[in-house]
Amino acid sequence: MARIGVFICHCGENISATVDVAKVAEKAGKLSGVAFSVDYKYMCSDPGQTLIIEAIKKHKLTGIVVAACSPRMHEGTFRKAAEKAGINPYFCEMANIREQVSWVHPKSDTTTQKALDIVRTLVEKVKKNTALFPIKVPVTKTALVIGGGIAGIQAALDIANAGHQVIMVEKKPSIGGHMSQLSETFPTLDCSQCILTPRMVEVAQHPNITLHTYAEVESVSGFVGNFDVKIKMKAKSVDYSKCTGCGACWQKCPSKKIPDEFNEGMGFRTAIYSPFPQAVPNKPVIDRLNCTWFLKGKCGLCTKICPTGAINYDAVDEFIDVKVGAIVTATGFDLKHADFFPEYGYGKFKDVIDGMQFERLASASGPTAGEIRRPSDGKIPEKIVFVACAGSRDKAKGIEYCSKICCMYTAKHAMLYKHKNHEGKAYVFYMDIRAAGKDYDEFVRRAIEEDEVQYIRGRVSRIYEKNEKLIVKGVDTLMNGEPVDIEADMVVLATAVVANIEAESLAQKLHISYNKHKFFAEAHPKLKPVETNTAGIMLAGACQSAKDIPESVSQASASASKVIGLFSSSELTREPIVAVVNRQAPPNYTSCTGCLLCQEVCPYHAIETEEIKDRAGNVLKVVARVNAGLCQGCGTCVAMCRNKSIDLQGFSNDQMLSEVMALLNS
Amino acid sequence: MKIGYYPGCSLEGSSKEYNDSLFAVAEKCGVTLEEIKDWSCCGASAAHNLNHDLSLALPARTLALAGSQGFAEIVVPCAACYSRLASTNHEISENVTVKTKIEGYIDLKLTADVKILTVFEFLQKYIFPTVDKHIVNKLNQKAACYYGCLYTRPKETAAVDQIENPMEMDEVMVKAGATPIDWAFKTECCGAGLSVSRTDIVAKLSGKILEAAADRGAESIVVACPMCHMNLDMRRPEIKKQLKKDINIPVLFITQALGLSMGIPADKLGLNKHYVSTNKVVNCIVKMEA
Amino acid sequence: MSEQFEPKIVAFVCNWCTYAGADLAGTSRTKYATNVSIIRFPCTGRIDFMLLMKAFENGADGIIVSGCHPNDCHYTSGNFHARRRWIVFRSLLDFMGFDTDRITFSWVSAAEGTKWASLVNETTEKIRAKGAFTEFKNLDLETFNRLHDEAIAK
Repeated sequence: MARIGVFICHCGENISATVDVAKVAEKAGKLSGVAFSVDYKYMCSDPGQTLIIEAIKKHKLTGIVVAACSPRMHEGTFRKAAEKAGINPYFCEMANIREQVSWVHPKSDTTTQKALDIVRTLVEKVKKNTALFPIKVPVTKTALVIGGGIAGIQAALDIANAGHQVIMVEKKPSIGGHMSQLSETFPTLDCSQCILTPRMVEVAQHPNITLHTYAEVESVSGFVGNFDVKIKMKAKSVDYSKCTGCGACWQKCPSKKIPDEFNEGMGFRTAIYSPFPQAVPNKPVIDRLNCTWFLKGKCGLCTKICPTGAINYDAVDEFIDVKVGAIVTATGFDLKHADFFPEYGYGKFKDVIDGMQFERLASASGPTAGEIRRPSDGKIPEKIVFVACAGSRDKAKGIEYCSKICCMYTAKHAMLYKHKNHEGKAYVFYMDIRAAGKDYDEFVRRAIEEDEVQYIRGRVSRIYEKNEKLIVKGVDTLMNGEPVDIEADMVVLATAVVANIEAESLAQKLHISYNKHKFFAEAHPKLKPVETNTAGIMLAGACQSAKDIPESVSQASASASKVIGLFSSSELTREPIVAVVNRQAPPNYTSCTGCLLCQEVCPYHAIETEEIKDRAGNVLKVVARVNAGLCQGCGTCVAMCRNKSIDLQGFSNDQMLSEVMALLNS
Repeated sequence: MKIGYYPGCSLEGSSKEYNDSLFAVAEKCGVTLEEIKDWSCCGASAAHNLNHDLSLALPARTLALAGSQGFAEIVVPCAACYSRLASTNHEISENVTVKTKIEGYIDLKLTADVKILTVFEFLQKYIFPTVDKHIVNKLNQKAACYYGCLYTRPKETAAVDQIENPMEMDEVMVKAGATPIDWAFKTECCGAGLSVSRTDIVAKLSGKILEAAADRGAESIVVACPMCHMNLDMRRPEIKKQLKKDINIPVLFITQALGLSMGIPADKLGLNKHYVSTNKVVNCIVKMEA
Repeated sequence: MSEQFEPKIVAFVCNWCTYAGADLAGTSRTKYATNVSIIRFPCTGRIDFMLLMKAFENGADGIIVSGCHPNDCHYTSGNFHARRRWIVFRSLLDFMGFDTDRITFSWVSAAEGTKWASLVNETTEKIRAKGAFTEFKNLDLETFNRLHDEAIAK
């Protein structure tokens, strides 16, 4: 005989302002099977929970319904309280009368009645609840970090230093990401590679980290604690076990005119190449799309020159399978390439470049050895115009968000230019200046006050070439909208930060959500910024949204801490919301006929077959059985089953029918 | 085939040569343009400045007439008329309430789906297929194709593929044997309706356009808009005074340029109606080898 | 003064997307019609469509089924199965003469609180315009006996 307890929460005034909680408690108390009903100001508080625990004990309640906020908020809290009171926690259900009633409807009898309807619905459900026990699954204490930029590096080091194994996968031939391309970083003007490369080396040498460069994630299956990942190791054409990184091959390679990705197309590299001198691993790969051997079957110079015979033209892409318990995505960002901005002539005029290209010009290891020179004729520009917000915050261009880092790096670029060319003139066309970090605003003021960078508040409508100069047509909105035309020698566009080009396909492989700009979705924008809605998969860095280096590092450490928490016990406890195929006494054994439609539709391959045998060992029938360790509780199999032989614990056919009947029949 | 024709006020008056050259080109290629019966003013700038409903009703009336007279397509050479008709078409097809209201004002039904063609869409679709055999001359000069505002704004009804760097007229000029130049003032404003009320502003804006074309060595400017033509051609004296420079680059309508390459005589194309002499253009023409 | 007809609408939604979206509408204090009550499922793939029929049988005037957008299902493919099931079910209902417009199938993500509110308001007005669902109700015993006797007599 059911003895259900109903607890109506006021939630301060959040619920009681529009719902007559006392009335709901009173009417709920009269429902059949309800042995106790009360309302209270803050059910989730300590005294509130004590109230529930004492009521369960005193009134010998067999189940409880807490009518309060969303179960997504406090189901766990109240289930733990029920457990403390001595009943199975799965006899506790929550009725959502806050987010879905009191907060969205005005104070009225209808609202109060709706709250009561929902309480009644859950009371009927609870009557059909059964005791459920958590399922334990083993957890593989290895983490996968996808992406070897600063965020991936930080996460990998943190997890490895906590004593766990890490596998890092990076699609480029070297780790380091965009940070390795920068010349100096704001707000300290630290040399970027100087602070990054020690970390890169640490990753390569760390005993707990296995680094796979020139590799990509091919597929992911499984679930938290137990992911199966297939990694594609792209053919490097160089055997790293033999290669010593001596560099003889790329020094002699005759194909020297391939546009260099690391230098953003401002310089050239060879077909067999290592992306930059501090690359980790500092061993080359062959770009088969541009190598004479692979295109025409000629040359082969590197094979002849290599002292250790490490070149292997016959290498093929290989696949390896790994088991990991958690995944951190740290795939970073790209800059929007701007044929997107035909009015600025990017791509048409050689001296209109983007921020990353300017970084390469400013870098000591860049194509111009750190001198700011015009790509067109190599002359040193006397006037540079920087255009901020080139594409960001612009609905017409499809990018409404702010790219966050550009105000700071534009100030930095202008300062670097002025430090190298004291007589030069630098102009920045801006909309607003976003310099909210620590020491950030002071940095921008330095650019304006010490380095005399001229800031003009207005946008640029057009850039065109005239007599080897670039005419920049902008406006000064602080001077009454007066048009400003500048004859510049070079223009640097602070183009929008966009998601990595392969972000969408990776998200679909991982089953994580992403927004319309393909940035990965966090589980909660305020309170869960480093987790995704998919258990076991964390986010770090710019793949979630545009951010600078300090934030990427913080987020990486945060996601590492989530992973370390996950790995802190040898078993993961999983919610027992799983499907079960019924079993009965002989001669039926089960109503399942073995059609296995459930097996076909299960996304987790959680349904296996079982042979039902008689005492003599003869197989009577082959039926379905659920592997509770794999089942994630979606219930698709339940809806598919033709004769209702499989049911979902926690959302059983009986429970759902009771809810529907109770909602509509008072 | 029957293609509807909406000249609008300008092509009957100030830009008669645009009308005449279009007909000359079409006739040579065996294409008949039939004027929409009882068409009325599109409202131009005046209507949309005064009253939104009026700015929709006037073009809607023309579209309704075109539909009821059985035209599936109509050519609208004037950029302003085109812009007004296209915007109206866009708004009434997006919003049923507005459509019903406008139908009430004009007392006509807007049921037919009439496709509105710009002059260059018309040339591409109906003239290009057969024009090659008619091309007897190469224009042999550098031409600056000037598109102005109305074909490139707003984005939703823009008549060109690339609004920052349109190429439709450039393609026609290539057919005519000219070299269209790459220049930065293709879509800058000429001063538009300020031609009458603030001629000094037109002199400044159109002057910049002319200067930019001259800097790039243009020998002619090609337009598809009566207003642009007027500002760049008729206002030349004011421009010269403003620039303190003597720029004598002639301004041709796209149909005149194409017509010249098809061997149509200059007076049939109305070249004598311009303020800035077009003799240089005519003299640059080179007859093609047979 | 005649009172406006207040339709009763039941929403069968998935926990990860639409339920969370409805929670977001609540957190944002978006106000919407009171006529829709939610029943929470782990996934739209779990929804047995006979439950929809039970709802109509017991007084529902309209139904909403809503889940994650295709490709975004928390369980990968549950919503694809729900969608296919709906397409087949809808054509069966149509064949039976059932007004399939009384069932609204939608995708509302966890970020789309405003979309949920609009969906509730639009569906409420749509069902209000259709009026109460009175066809295909359970026969009461008296009517059943009468029909039974009439059939036997023929």
